[in-house]
Amino acid sequence: MDVRLWTFVLVGLSFALYIGIAVRSRAGSTKDFYVAGTGVSPLANGMATAADWMSAASFISMAGLISFMGYDGSVYLMGWTGGYVLLAMLLAPYLRKFGAYTVPEFVGQRYYSQMARVVAVACAVFVSFTYVSGQMRGVGIVFSRFLEVDVTVGVVIGMGIVFFYAVLGGMKGITYTQVAQYCVLIFAYMVPAIFLAVMLSGTAVPQLGFGGADPESGVFLLDKLDGLHRELGFAAYTGGTKSTIDVFFITAALMAGTAGLPHVIIRFYTVPRVRDARVSVGWALLFIAILYTTAPAVAVFARTNLLDTVAGQPYDAMPEWFGKWEDTGLITFEDRDGDGKIRYSGDASANELAIDRDIMVLANPEISRLPNWVAGLVAAGGLAAALSTAAGLLLVISSAISHDLLKRAVRPNISEKGELLAARISAAFAVAVAGLLGINPPGFVAQVVAFAFGLAASSFFPAIILGTFTRTVNREGAIAGMLSGITFTAAYIIHFRFVNPAADSPENWWFGISPEGIGTVGMALNFAVALVVSKFTPAPPAGVSELVDRIRTPGGAA
Amino acid sequence: MPHPNPYWARNLRYLAILLSIWFLVSFGCGILFADALNAIRIPGTGFKLGFWFAQQGSIYVFVVLIFVYARLMNRLDREYGVAEERGGGRRPRVR
Repeated sequence: MDVRLWTFVLVGLSFALYIGIAVRSRAGSTKDFYVAGTGVSPLANGMATAADWMSAASFISMAGLISFMGYDGSVYLMGWTGGYVLLAMLLAPYLRKFGAYTVPEFVGQRYYSQMARVVAVACAVFVSFTYVSGQMRGVGIVFSRFLEVDVTVGVVIGMGIVFFYAVLGGMKGITYTQVAQYCVLIFAYMVPAIFLAVMLSGTAVPQLGFGGADPESGVFLLDKLDGLHRELGFAAYTGGTKSTIDVFFITAALMAGTAGLPHVIIRFYTVPRVRDARVSVGWALLFIAILYTTAPAVAVFARTNLLDTVAGQPYDAMPEWFGKWEDTGLITFEDRDGDGKIRYSGDASANELAIDRDIMVLANPEISRLPNWVAGLVAAGGLAAALSTAAGLLLVISSAISHDLLKRAVRPNISEKGELLAARISAAFAVAVAGLLGINPPGFVAQVVAFAFGLAASSFFPAIILGTFTRTVNREGAIAGMLSGITFTAAYIIHFRFVNPAADSPENWWFGISPEGIGTVGMALNFAVALVVSKFTPAPPAGVSELVDRIRTPGGAA
Repeated sequence: MPHPNPYWARNLRYLAILLSIWFLVSFGCGILFADALNAIRIPGTGFKLGFWFAQQGSIYVFVVLIFVYARLMNRLDREYGVAEERGGGRRPRVR
């Protein structure tokens, strides 16, 4: 069977599975819809969180990103996993004890303020829409490359599937499909990685393999890669080019952002008890770590393979996949010196080859000549990653609208049935908007990802921590903190990414901190402003201290 | 002066210790001291130590830290009698 047929079969089977699960787990109440009736086991929630978290970007782009960035790619590896330590210790158990349905709910109650709630709703909706449009785009790319259907058709099919289980099943449907999606995506990621590890290093464990040696020459892969990089004029693979301060700040912003992302936080509302929330974060990170420790290995294998196959070789001798990806415009070759050979170089003026980093994982099976079914599997995995994340984000948007705005602000005495209907309608609406964004992506999707993390780090993260770990921070402090954190972070990113992109270089950044890393400064600012303003404004009312005590002690988490 | 809430004080102490380790393996070994550690290699492999911490080691430690914290807190909950009874908040199984 060829790649296309395999892809049809594997993607079709996985979709049938998701729909089957959705039909079995319909939501009967708002509690089912928002938090899956808080009856999810910690292990299942860990898997669902892993699928929720690992998006099209983690599955498709990350290994490619690392393979082009080398050591600098560590910011993603540490940033997107280290945040779970913060989540397990500083946020998840307390939020579970609080027992809300959404993140703005906590902010609104702890800071006894409708305004704080609305600020939080705005952040949650913005962050989630930013993210979800990227997922829908990922769905479109996989469909168009592997099934050779139009991107629009691909997005519509993806929307249909998500619509079915998110609107029908809410959090309950999403949770159990995410468990299935985790299994699909991790299997699809590991199979080619293990193939590559065996081929390039003679070990079946990718995590060990990329520290191993080439079975023929006995040279360590990482040394070989550093050597190739030097020859071609790139920075050493294990050295990187970013400054230490920038790596530090980006990593911190991604960690705090991860811990503050609403779609991740709400997953921990779905387990029965506080102790389940703690251990569930551990399971989640374990399942995530399987992929995240494999990605840098895949990056090294892919980079080595690519340089061996392509660099300095005659264009006419390129294998079939090269031409296929050239057709999609994701690989471009321009024979500037007319010698018919591909010159790949770190020196931009001599370089003749441009490779989109997104194709590394998708093209890997073909570059390495793996069996056809592996390529089909990778397509199904990429779709699982994109759909599971999209569904989690859509739920955040729908609950922000139906619960935080409609129920808490506009019509407090809406009936249970009415709210459930409103939740379904807003989920449907969110799916439609996300699909439109996926079909016509705003040109700046890539740039706004920095936004999502920076905003989460500089808004929710400090507000939730201060709300749990202090009694004295009050409404005025929290609102001033969130607003100053967001405004500062947004202004810095907008300045360098949209207003004056020409100045977006290390010489112009404050203290050498890039827009990706500025969320860390915004977060520090939020903490500082909240504490100072709280000192000079009236203390919180008496009930707050009791609320804080209640959050801090697990007993009676029902 | 004894802390008014010894349960919370112990929790804060656990947090201080575990988060110091969290900081040390990632921001310390993986970033600030990465260049210095890169002079050392893990014997028998091609891994330079700083690079390994940044792309592998820190992640393994993160996973362990969370499970250790969950265990410590379960013990602490029992010690102070604030543990949730079995099946604490679980929904009664009514069909």
